[in-house]
Amino acid sequence: MAMLKVTDLKVYYGVIQAIKGISFEVNQGEVIALIGANGAGKTTILHTVTGLLKPKSGKIEFEGTDITKMPGHKIVALGMAHVPEGRRVFADLTVYENLMLGAYTRKNKDEIAETLQMVYTRFPRLQERKTQLAGTLSGGEQQMLAMGRALMSHPKIILMDEPSMGLSPIFVNEIFDIIKQVSASGTTVLLVEQNAKKALEIADRAYVLETGNIVKSASASELMNDDSIKKAYLGE
Amino acid sequence: MSLLNSILEQLINGLRTGSIYALIAIGYTMVYGIAKMINFAHGDIIMVGAYALYVYSSILKLPLVAAIILTVVTCSVLGIITEKIAYKPLRNAPSLAVLITAIGMSFLLQNVALLIFKATPIPFASVVNVSGIRLGSLYLSGTTLVTLGVTVIAMVALTLFVNKTKAGRAMRAVSEDRGAAELMGISVNATISLTFAIGSGLAAVAGILYISQYETLMPTLGALPGIKAFVAAVLGGIGSIPGAMFGGIILGIIESLSKAYISTQLSDAIVYGVLVVVLLVKPSGLLGKLKIEKV
Repeated sequence: MAMLKVTDLKVYYGVIQAIKGISFEVNQGEVIALIGANGAGKTTILHTVTGLLKPKSGKIEFEGTDITKMPGHKIVALGMAHVPEGRRVFADLTVYENLMLGAYTRKNKDEIAETLQMVYTRFPRLQERKTQLAGTLSGGEQQMLAMGRALMSHPKIILMDEPSMGLSPIFVNEIFDIIKQVSASGTTVLLVEQNAKKALEIADRAYVLETGNIVKSASASELMNDDSIKKAYLGE
Repeated sequence: MSLLNSILEQLINGLRTGSIYALIAIGYTMVYGIAKMINFAHGDIIMVGAYALYVYSSILKLPLVAAIILTVVTCSVLGIITEKIAYKPLRNAPSLAVLITAIGMSFLLQNVALLIFKATPIPFASVVNVSGIRLGSLYLSGTTLVTLGVTVIAMVALTLFVNKTKAGRAMRAVSEDRGAAELMGISVNATISLTFAIGSGLAAVAGILYISQYETLMPTLGALPGIKAFVAAVLGGIGSIPGAMFGGIILGIIESLSKAYISTQLSDAIVYGVLVVVLLVKPSGLLGKLKIEKV
């Protein structure tokens, strides 16, 4: 059974149909990439899955539970974390406070402390800057904070929206290394990226989106050798 | 010496009035920060607080502490209910619709009070039964001491709550980015309810202190301190809690000094004049942060 199963999802912004009936699945342990150009609907899909947007029709199931109509703040507690586009860290709060908000739905203090230690080990820079306001961090550090914050909820699946956007090439490589590590530690990853090359390098499978439709789905290695994908997304 | 004495006296008067403005201004600023709206019915919660205290202590003859606690609870619950009934359905409506609704809610509360308690002012002796103290040639009345003491306690408690507790942290998160807060598992609706409860509870405290000073109940008694406190919140920087505290105190002091040394009639004009000047120089208010709107 798929961990996350989306069936015939349709999402509207007012009268404009942004998502035109898409279906996809993410299995336990996979890294799945959603690739596509600006405006293809990638972010809309993530927002709908985590409850920030409500679909017109269709079904979203997480570990067999129908979460289509569940409010966003309840979905986190089921084990789904979302690293939003543009990072959206709380700029006026400290790094530590941001991380603790990631663990908002968890009750056990010892477990939270343990996860915090794990996050600090993975991102030593966040530990160095734990008392600093998040707004004073560089873009790459904010991306790390957004990822650390998501990990604080101890998610089964983590949804990442354009983690490489606006970052220097060094940071981009670092962020993708971290995604690989997160996946290796057993967390399932659903990755949305404009940087299709990087995304396909670490993904198991990928879905290609064009103006609200999935036009192709295959293993990442297959897509990397697909001529039309090469031409449209990989710049070859 | 006597001039210094009189200035000190006026400063203390200003501090007392300013404390009440500050308590009310906190409600405006918190609601603005979290729910992104100006709750123009907030001033009338003060009025409800004053009448509630009257009902509990003078009519029902409850012990004072019980009457005060019940007054605060009544206002907090009223705050939550007004939000749920009037503002929540407009969460995604244009801000003008919310503003008009808030003004309507203000009229509703005033007219319900008018219906129940009639238009004739009701004299209501201060419930503060503390004797004043004399510091040299300076006299501090019991009401002044209680007002200052209660305000300091309320502000320290609120500051600790907002900065040190999990719920306070959630509030700051919602105030900064509602969507991201939702992704953390924070219920935005519950946070907004909590904000209205705290703001209205503080307005109840302000109402109790206000009525202890003026000793007359009228359905419109919340309007003037309400609008002054709104000015204080804007002066201090709307959305900022320390700004509301600071703005309230400053406003009270300016008002008191200009009443004593310039002109009683002009004191309000001077207060609003200061607001205009501050906003010209620093549009975000004294302690407010300029938000750059991203397009």
